[in-house]
Amino acid sequence: MHHPCDPVSIYMLAPLLFFFLATVAVAAALGLIVSRNPVTSALWLVLNLFCIAGLYITLNAEFIGVIQVLVYAGAIMVLFLFVIMLLNLAALPSLTSFDWKRGAAFLVAMAVLAQLVYVVAVAFEVLPETISPVASAVTGSAKVIGMELFTRYALPLEVIGILLLVATIGAVMLAKRRFA
Amino acid sequence: MDVTLVWYLSLSAILFVLGVLGVLMRRNAIVVFMSVELMLNSVNLTLVAFSQAMGDVSGQILVFFVMSVAAAEAAVGLAIVIALFRKKTTVDITEFNLFRH
Repeated sequence: MHHPCDPVSIYMLAPLLFFFLATVAVAAALGLIVSRNPVTSALWLVLNLFCIAGLYITLNAEFIGVIQVLVYAGAIMVLFLFVIMLLNLAALPSLTSFDWKRGAAFLVAMAVLAQLVYVVAVAFEVLPETISPVASAVTGSAKVIGMELFTRYALPLEVIGILLLVATIGAVMLAKRRFA
Repeated sequence: MDVTLVWYLSLSAILFVLGVLGVLMRRNAIVVFMSVELMLNSVNLTLVAFSQAMGDVSGQILVFFVMSVAAAEAAVGLAIVIALFRKKTTVDITEFNLFRH
């Protein structure tokens, strides 16, 4: 992977890119849970989704990265913003309360984080090795995903189609006005 | 200093915990929803990281399905929020308590 002709600075690109995307993703997540205005929260989440899409690209999962931008940031978040604007939630009084439940929730969340970090640290030795970049670039391409999706995972694919149909019908039924 | 799998898993853990914090601490139903989406994204990141590390594309197939289910869930969940809002003109989750005596 290291070539004698590579400039030394190019070895720092991958960690630098990861750290940048990771930091912005964590900052955007913090902005999401802290901000008072739901519109601002939604925009922080969009930034977070873009950072995760960038991380997918660094993992050579190009199909999933593009789908993340198209579906998650492009469709789901637009739906969220539509609903927030439709209900005009920004005009409602801010819904944050500073009681002891916040402290308890924070402690629980920190305990979960500590457990997860511990598991990751302990599993440091037994994790599988990262495969070569050439092989993983092939794995993430749309061709390979398409081949698996339509042969081995054809049944879940059809079920997902039915699920989306049911969700569409359900959403329309739930949100429409009752003509009493 | 190579970017190894552990880095991605740690980032995913941090994002997941931030999502948990958002679900537990916020009263606005839509912000709770968005925190759930954040948790789903962190799990997707874990799946893709493992898929790349093991050379198996099944992780990314599962991410595809998780994204579809998340989209369906967002649509239905927001429809429920709209229906509730129509009844009570608030999305405060502490207000929706049918077991209130």
